[in-house]
Amino acid sequence: MLKAIAIRVLLAALTVAIGGLLSAVLVRCAPGFGVDERQLDVRLNSDSREAIRREAEDQRDISRFYLQSLTRMVHGDLGVSPSLNRPIRALMAERGPVTLRLVAIGLALSWASSVLLVLGRWTLDFVWFDTLGRLISGALLCIPTAGLALLLVMLDLPAYLAMALVVLPKSYQLLSSLLGAAASMPHVISAKAKGAGAVRILGWHMVAVVRRELLALIGVSVGIAVSAAIPVEALTGTPGIGQLAWQAAMARDLPVLLTVSLAVIACTVLANSGADLFAGGQREGG
Amino acid sequence: MKPARVAATVVVVIIGLLCVAESLLPRFDYTAQDRLECSSRPTGKHWLGTDALGRDRFARLLHGTRVSLSMAPAAAAVSLCLAFLFGAVPGYVGGLSERAAKAMIDLMLAMPWLFLLLIARAALPLNTSPQMSVAVTFLMLGLLGWGVPARVLLAQSRRLRESEFLLLACATGVSRSRLLVRQVLPNLLPVMWTQFWIAIPMFVLAEANLSMLGLGVAEPIPSLGSLLKEIESAMATQSYACSFSALLVLVVFVGSVQIAFMRKEVG
Amino acid sequence: MSRRVTCARILLLVLVATFGFGDELDFYLRSEPKTFNPILVADDSSETIRYLTGGVLIRINRQTQQIEPDLATSWKVSRDGKSITFTLRPGVKFSDGTAFTAEDVKYTMDRLMDPSTHSPTGDAFRSGQGTVRTIVLSRERLSVVFPAAVAGMERLFDQVPIMSATSPQREFAVLGPFFVAEHQSGAYVLLRRNPYFWKRDESGRQLPYLDAIRLEVQPNRDIEMLKFSRNEIQLITSMDADYFDRLSKAAPGKAVDAGPSLDSEQLWFNQVPGSPIEPYRLEWFQSHKFRRAISSAINRGDLCRVVYGGHAIPARGPISPANKYWFNTRLPVPQQNTAQALQLLREDGFQLKAGRLSDRHGHPVEFSIVTNAGNRMRERMATMIQADLKGIGISVNVVTLDFPSLIQRITETFNYEAALLGMTNMELDPNTQMNIWLSSSDEHQWNPRQKSPATPWEAEIDRLMRLQASTLNDARRKQMFDRVQEIVVEQAPFIYLVNKDTLVGVAPTLVGVTPVAARPQTYWNIERLSISRGRAKNGK
Repeated sequence: MLKAIAIRVLLAALTVAIGGLLSAVLVRCAPGFGVDERQLDVRLNSDSREAIRREAEDQRDISRFYLQSLTRMVHGDLGVSPSLNRPIRALMAERGPVTLRLVAIGLALSWASSVLLVLGRWTLDFVWFDTLGRLISGALLCIPTAGLALLLVMLDLPAYLAMALVVLPKSYQLLSSLLGAAASMPHVISAKAKGAGAVRILGWHMVAVVRRELLALIGVSVGIAVSAAIPVEALTGTPGIGQLAWQAAMARDLPVLLTVSLAVIACTVLANSGADLFAGGQREGG
Repeated sequence: MKPARVAATVVVVIIGLLCVAESLLPRFDYTAQDRLECSSRPTGKHWLGTDALGRDRFARLLHGTRVSLSMAPAAAAVSLCLAFLFGAVPGYVGGLSERAAKAMIDLMLAMPWLFLLLIARAALPLNTSPQMSVAVTFLMLGLLGWGVPARVLLAQSRRLRESEFLLLACATGVSRSRLLVRQVLPNLLPVMWTQFWIAIPMFVLAEANLSMLGLGVAEPIPSLGSLLKEIESAMATQSYACSFSALLVLVVFVGSVQIAFMRKEVG
Repeated sequence: MSRRVTCARILLLVLVATFGFGDELDFYLRSEPKTFNPILVADDSSETIRYLTGGVLIRINRQTQQIEPDLATSWKVSRDGKSITFTLRPGVKFSDGTAFTAEDVKYTMDRLMDPSTHSPTGDAFRSGQGTVRTIVLSRERLSVVFPAAVAGMERLFDQVPIMSATSPQREFAVLGPFFVAEHQSGAYVLLRRNPYFWKRDESGRQLPYLDAIRLEVQPNRDIEMLKFSRNEIQLITSMDADYFDRLSKAAPGKAVDAGPSLDSEQLWFNQVPGSPIEPYRLEWFQSHKFRRAISSAINRGDLCRVVYGGHAIPARGPISPANKYWFNTRLPVPQQNTAQALQLLREDGFQLKAGRLSDRHGHPVEFSIVTNAGNRMRERMATMIQADLKGIGISVNVVTLDFPSLIQRITETFNYEAALLGMTNMELDPNTQMNIWLSSSDEHQWNPRQKSPATPWEAEIDRLMRLQASTLNDARRKQMFDRVQEIVVEQAPFIYLVNKDTLVGVAPTLVGVTPVAARPQTYWNIERLSISRGRAKNGK
């Protein structure tokens, strides 16, 4: 048991490390790396421009930069953001709780809404309920995140609602589809024929059967929410990690992007591994 | 439900026919700039008014719908094929391939693919035709959008792998590849269909956001995504409702397709 | 007894909040300020903070565009233009109570001119090789000596906020009307009035009138517009023409068009030899007849009317008419003339057949214009230029790129054909544009870092710019720079498109705002702005 957990942890750490390196390589190879808006400042002389170009010199050898960054991170030093001139640790400490709150509340709301809608469909046994739910979630999928964010600002509503509205259509559609597939299973039909109540059928016979997929969906929705944090925060002006990530991406701020990427990959791996764990662990062979 | 399905199918067919007919109707030139009638209201000449550069909004809506609704489903299909390959198959096979697939999916979901898109843009010549730019954009979206469906398909195919009917079929000597195609795949189809319909509007919107990186549809070609982006300024400046026509088209299309192809569910 | 005192205090606070002694101005910054160190300022948001908090020796009055004494009561420039002697205002203190003396000016200048600082403001002072020396003559007198003459040197001191040499608060101890009281990264910066600010109004009341300024970070202009229309902020420092028109219709008193700004939008072609573009295209771009033909084919009037809603004027050259002294009034107003465009192209060997233009070797004329993504105005302009050039048989591809990719292409790889960008002019004196016009410079956009001028006209511009930089007589400098402007229009290395207007939003409750062309256009007289009494606190 301990050995299995240790292997899981090691694999997760390896995934995060490889993901971090790949992310760093992507940023390093992307066009615009190492350039700075200041280069367009007509007041600067050639020496100053050269100094600006040299600022990113230590980041050009990406493997060395990555190893050095990881070593520093182990000691708690996340480096300094060249675009914001601030310690990254301080930036993450300030903004992390904002994003955590946004993601947590947004996810909770979207899942609560999805579950309520699903409960409504299966307990009320109202076929049009599901249709309406799908149409509404389909319509929400069509609205640009910027439009949603703007609408919420116009109505003075909090940003986590935008997060919930971004995640809800995907979670509801998939949840509804999974349960719809489960509903046509023989044991469910049999249970209904024997007079079992709607809630019992839903909880004991449908959800139980597709629990792995549901947990996978929950794990994946964490990833969706974390990704959605970037446009939601950028568009609603919420000073979280998503906004920081967007600013860093536009400035090609490698130290910040590396830290944020590692954090996001770690969250995703944690969420999905956690989902697997709850689903009953790995089994070898077929 | 049957009348609803019929009506929805008719709507989908009408939208499809209009998009095809658009290229046959020279009246609807989406590039012509009527600079004396910019941001105008609907008139007999311009049925949905004009945009900020005096271009006929109806013509741009028709062409944009054609571009987006032909490319987005193709990209969705690509992403689903990849999701099946890297999600469902390893979930069915199990073991090391399943572990590796999970790690790959986690990375797929979490990495900053924005920079890969930037690299793709840099690799394209500046004089790439707008059509090629559109195709490359949607291809990239398809290649990068399989993470979420793959995770769900992996979990689902793993459950199926352990199901009694599959074990029974295995015991009777049916080959694994045949089981994958004849038994596993049909059971995954409902989720795959749902993923397909979710992906279409997502890719339509994603394409518009990619214009920030130089990818996406280039001027003067419109797309539903670029037309939807006009909603932001329309909301802030409270301009004409015709700015929302692209949203209406997309919502109607997605909704109609969902109703037309919805499975009859027991329960 | 203590409970009564507490209640009285609470009541007083409520009265203060209701009746206007707690006036706070709110407006938005478009991005997070990158530094609070005034000598390292290079971005707009940091520049805003610098202006609102910094005290300078000489201030340019943005309305009259003339220099005025500020922390220096008088100054004298030496005959050779190499030194300036200041007499400082006595009795002035920093925001933390530390006394202001000549030592603080010396400290600031030493740090500013330190080569390792790489300050953009410092670089603007560098007139030649050698060090800049600051000599303290007394507590309130000092001299700054430059290695070579600096034309228009007094104006440069408008960009140099004086830092304290002794205060423990370092760059946060300031001499301007406000100081930085709070800062939450990504959220806001709160400035409070400087209790030691030296200026008083005509009645002897200490300035500034405002108690605080809250600058929230909000890059989204749609949200800015929404918040302004709901009176949650009182100022929009610049806005696009479509928002301006909407605001004008909804609330005419709030939208102000202050006339042409100092800024311009321009198009230029890549003329860098050896750049990774097709050699035959490079040959087109290096021909001044080709460039002038393109310029003639563009309908600037339509750009102004359609893209900017009439809130722009066709640009006549590198200097905007808003720059009253340096603008060359003899430059013609460019008109679209497709016949002239085709004539120029014919003279260069181009032929128009079946609606397609091709060069003498048969290559169809097609090129791309890159511009920065997300700038709606530029994207629209590029699309309109695409349509205009289609009229003379030229096919244009509009490519929008994110800013870092764009910068890399135009400054490092030169992997572009034509670029459409704007020039934001912070200062009036053409010396600040030296790096654009000198052919050896990095910022000589169309063909930078030339070892020797590639063309006679670039050599002439080099000569004229160097000469005017070392001339102290303004009239002579103007003559030389007028000639530079004429050469630029003749040769069209930059095809100037429009000078957009200064469009701002000002809430009726904000008193004293007089929008002008020179930056900062709305709060240049921040110490005299106030919020009218009796208004309700902004609706947060």
